[in-house]
Amino acid sequence: MEFAELIKTPRVDGVVLHRPFMPTVEGTLCLTGHHLILSSRQDNTEELWLLHSNIDSIEKRFVGSLGTIIVKCKDLRVIQLDIPGMEECLNIASSIEALSTLDSVSLMYPFFYRPMFEVIEDGWNSFLPEDAFKDLESMTDEWRLSDVNKDFSVCPSYPPLVAVPKDIDDDTLRKAATFRHSGRFPVLSYYHKKNGMVMMRSGQPLTGTNGRRCKEDEKLINATLRPGKRGYIIDTRTINVAQQAKARGGGFESEANYPQWRRIHKALERYEHLLNLFDISFDVVISSMDRWLSKLEASSWQTHVKEILTTACLAAQCIDREGASVLVHGTEGTDSTLQVTSLAQIILDPACRTIRGFQGLVEREWLQAGHPFQQRCAQSAYSNSKPRQESPVFLLFLDCVWQILRQFPCSFEFSESFLVLLFEHAYASQFGTFLGNSTAERLSLPEKTVSLWSWVNRPQELERLTNPLYEANSLVIWPSVAPQSLLLWEGVFLRWNRSSRCLDEAYEEMVHIIEYNKELQNKVNSLRRQLAQLETEDPLLQTP
Amino acid sequence: MEHIRLPKVESVRLLDRVSPRRSRVGTLYLTATHTIFVENEAGVRNETWVLHSLVCSVEKQGASASGCPLVIHCKNFQVLHFVLPRERECHDVQLSLQRLSQPESYEELYCFSYKPNVDEEERRQEWDFLGLKADYSRMGLPNSLWKLSPVNRHYKVSDTYPADLFVPESATPPVIVGSSKFRSRGRFPTLSYYSKENHAAICRSSQPLSGFSARCLEDEQMLEAILRSNPRSDFMYVVDTRPKLNAIANRAAGKGYENEDNYSNIKFQFLGIENIHVMRNSQQKMLEVCELRSPSMSDFLEGLESSGWLKHIKAVLDAGIFIAKAVAEEGVSVLVHCSDGWDRTAQVCSVACVLLDPYYRTLRGLMVLIEKDWISFGHKFSHRCNHLVGDPKEVSPIIDQFLECVWQLMEQFPCAFEFNERFLITIHSHIYSCQYGNFIGNNQRERIELRERTHSLWSYLWTNQADYINPLYRPDHSQTQGLLRPSTAPYCFKFWRGLYNRFDRGMHPRQSVEDYLSAIQEETQQLEEQLASHKQKIAQLEQEQGWRSVTQKAVGFDKSPTAWARGNDLSLANTPQDYTGGFLTSSPCQPKTPDSSLILFDQESGIADLSCRSPLSEDSTRDADSDEAAYSAA
Repeated sequence: MEFAELIKTPRVDGVVLHRPFMPTVEGTLCLTGHHLILSSRQDNTEELWLLHSNIDSIEKRFVGSLGTIIVKCKDLRVIQLDIPGMEECLNIASSIEALSTLDSVSLMYPFFYRPMFEVIEDGWNSFLPEDAFKDLESMTDEWRLSDVNKDFSVCPSYPPLVAVPKDIDDDTLRKAATFRHSGRFPVLSYYHKKNGMVMMRSGQPLTGTNGRRCKEDEKLINATLRPGKRGYIIDTRTINVAQQAKARGGGFESEANYPQWRRIHKALERYEHLLNLFDISFDVVISSMDRWLSKLEASSWQTHVKEILTTACLAAQCIDREGASVLVHGTEGTDSTLQVTSLAQIILDPACRTIRGFQGLVEREWLQAGHPFQQRCAQSAYSNSKPRQESPVFLLFLDCVWQILRQFPCSFEFSESFLVLLFEHAYASQFGTFLGNSTAERLSLPEKTVSLWSWVNRPQELERLTNPLYEANSLVIWPSVAPQSLLLWEGVFLRWNRSSRCLDEAYEEMVHIIEYNKELQNKVNSLRRQLAQLETEDPLLQTP
Repeated sequence: MEHIRLPKVESVRLLDRVSPRRSRVGTLYLTATHTIFVENEAGVRNETWVLHSLVCSVEKQGASASGCPLVIHCKNFQVLHFVLPRERECHDVQLSLQRLSQPESYEELYCFSYKPNVDEEERRQEWDFLGLKADYSRMGLPNSLWKLSPVNRHYKVSDTYPADLFVPESATPPVIVGSSKFRSRGRFPTLSYYSKENHAAICRSSQPLSGFSARCLEDEQMLEAILRSNPRSDFMYVVDTRPKLNAIANRAAGKGYENEDNYSNIKFQFLGIENIHVMRNSQQKMLEVCELRSPSMSDFLEGLESSGWLKHIKAVLDAGIFIAKAVAEEGVSVLVHCSDGWDRTAQVCSVACVLLDPYYRTLRGLMVLIEKDWISFGHKFSHRCNHLVGDPKEVSPIIDQFLECVWQLMEQFPCAFEFNERFLITIHSHIYSCQYGNFIGNNQRERIELRERTHSLWSYLWTNQADYINPLYRPDHSQTQGLLRPSTAPYCFKFWRGLYNRFDRGMHPRQSVEDYLSAIQEETQQLEEQLASHKQKIAQLEQEQGWRSVTQKAVGFDKSPTAWARGNDLSLANTPQDYTGGFLTSSPCQPKTPDSSLILFDQESGIADLSCRSPLSEDSTRDADSDEAAYSAA
């Protein structure tokens, strides 16, 4: 299929662009295979380049022959285009609709994008499981890297290499996999260097209604316990939901079969309940109506942020404070499970709070762990179509990270803009990183697309994403989960609906204060050296 | 002393509201001025001091096997849950505290026993630190349009007004007196703020005694005079800050509002701010939400919404914006009133001033503003803050709302204010503490003698200004200039955790950007000095070829200020909250780390730790001298 077939009208003159808090721009609208471009042909006005894949939904309106298209984007931006001529407007609208809902992955922009920057380090090779395992090996010899899944036959959503207890052979893993949802047998998620405790994750056990058990599964997770020690299983579902899962072949670990484990049930929503909530909350935020707090409450976005953070803190507390190992799972083990395991690592592991460490975390705990990004991020808050697999699971995770960042503003190497960047690229990107739903689906991407990390890990980008207040903090950081402490993430939800000028100025002022200080330190140091030199050259000072 | 039935109770538990398991055991002392809880744990000198004048309520709850709970609510929003071993003791402490916290006469207030280590001459100078005359002359007054009127010199015309008042040049004493007879409490229209640039003014008064049809020639002349004092404008606004219904109801009592037909060239407007009773109930509801033990997100948001508090804050700010825009953008003068003209009127005039004039966004400016629109114009601090035992219906958090409006603006304009949040919270605390003479009494007339025997908060704040400076403020920053135009969309109004949950330390960010930046700025200043001295020495050495030896070695800055920031309360950060709802029974959450507020002082870098300045320790460490005297006397 050629894009040209979908583009009925490639360009229209005299189009007027309206954006909140920005001056209107008049210019020429062009449609290409992947972009919507508005150019005023004037040097000092900003052009609009919008990826079709960023468009969530459009609405059209007509007043006489003047058409208006309202474009609602996945990054929550809303823009309005006034297009003279009814036919042009209809053509543009239908082209945008077609181009923004292409089903075929191979037509996505990342396959056409050629980097205009020098790739210093190929991001596709930056975070390989074998490299992560080397770090683990330097701390402990109790784990091994198994290639039992090398052809993705044991678990389609796992990477080829996974870390498992050293004493567990591949046969045991294969059998355990048959007992876990989608073959997601328990694997290592995090090793806590301080006390050797671990966090694992998996899918739910397939106990079914007649209480099936699997000796290999029991052996596998018991192998992670120290003699005489008990572990915790954090089930992200309520006990009722977990009970109901039995009827569909799922279930939870019974006390009888897992006597060394204590189960804790939490109430994190499954992915399918979340999209609607995203929708509502965004609606609330932009409407300046009365009873705003009630509407925010009704959307329950903040409730979920609190629940997810609380569960992650609990997992971290079990590991760091109770000195116990933890297994986390929900139903599939690809959504709420990953929110919990990745946030617990942010809390426990200072390395995850660096820019590179956070990239590694997203790679390990989201991309390689098989969070189905393509399904979850196909639509965002404005979508009119009925959600199938879409859900803002990853955005909720980023929101939780932002909450911790707000509470520990000096402990993260990255600033809020890194989190916003990841949100944007998860939903629409020129890079291949977030394409596909699992490692298996991403096998061909390194050859055909550019990795987001290749772009991020360049000095000029890194500088933009660095938190000027950062000072490495080697401690575990315990966030507050009181409702008073959790804020609405304005940087995402209000981003396009407020003027951020005053806040931006404050940020610049902060950077200025810090940089001026550094500059002075350098000056003083160089003068001090000069002074020392003058003193040694001074003959009078040489003689005592 | 005679009110203390029981000076000391041992084996008292102080519960931690967020994690009940973190309770502390110690001894409770009652002194003439403070309740003091001293923790028993060896090696830790951990004390909690609570001023009696800050105590709002003392509630004894049902005794159980573990003891008899006593809950103390403070006016600075501290809540202390004690458990006393025996009911009898609990009863005695409750009765003692109830009496001690509700003095019957001014003489009993803390400001008369508060004796910091300053001599009489210094004390006198404290009161000369701020003068309103200076502020009026800063506005360019008196001038050909406005004059200082001696009419209220002896508080004869209005006993709740200040002695010095500015009125239009053409307003004669008969007009003023006539007008005052037509206004509640004699509070005739007088100047609050004057804009040099365009001659527009904010005037304030109480409601007119118009009833259903009464009118007063002098009052009409008074407004005419105000209008004429703004030569470029052919009309003025008269703003009634009350909801229309309330104003109409007042007509039945012979009061009411201005009839546009009787006054020439006025535009009349209601602004819909609720009365003191609504505000009191609203804050009470909000505080109940703040105090919930482990509330869900829904409990909190719903509770906050139904308290209506942020809606009221928005109403006050909206009113301030209306007036500020009228003055700055239209160049039109405004007369503001409510009923008596000392609550809503004070709020709205002062909020408008903060929006209009960058001076009021400075440290000194905010003090001047409170002195002017609140203290001198007779906001009834003693009634509203319940300084003495009195009518509970007179109590209302009107000044809290003003301070919160300023805080909301600071959130929107982080570079526009010279002072920080701590400044507002400290002022709030001392409005209620009765430690300084500034806020005692209900009007200037009642306050005349106080100056002779008490200290002034303003000079204390000024002396300690380093604690209150916003590091992002620059006088030449664009945000600092001119009229502030805040957004008033509902989502712009935030819950002020820093004030209402001030003592729940676990809820606040564990690292403070502001304190970090302040530390950096302090270091920068020292670096600048070093730079200058190094340059000088190098020049000397080069010139004199080593004639003089250099004795003073440079002081290294190997220790960055960030070393301080790292110490910054991470002992707290390193203690998890109760995430389990009591699931993990063997949790090692007991505070092995002592309360960090007293121990973290980084002597090497010479920078006081944030937590030393934290509100929690403010009352206990700042006034150590005087407090300790009281403690040993007990």
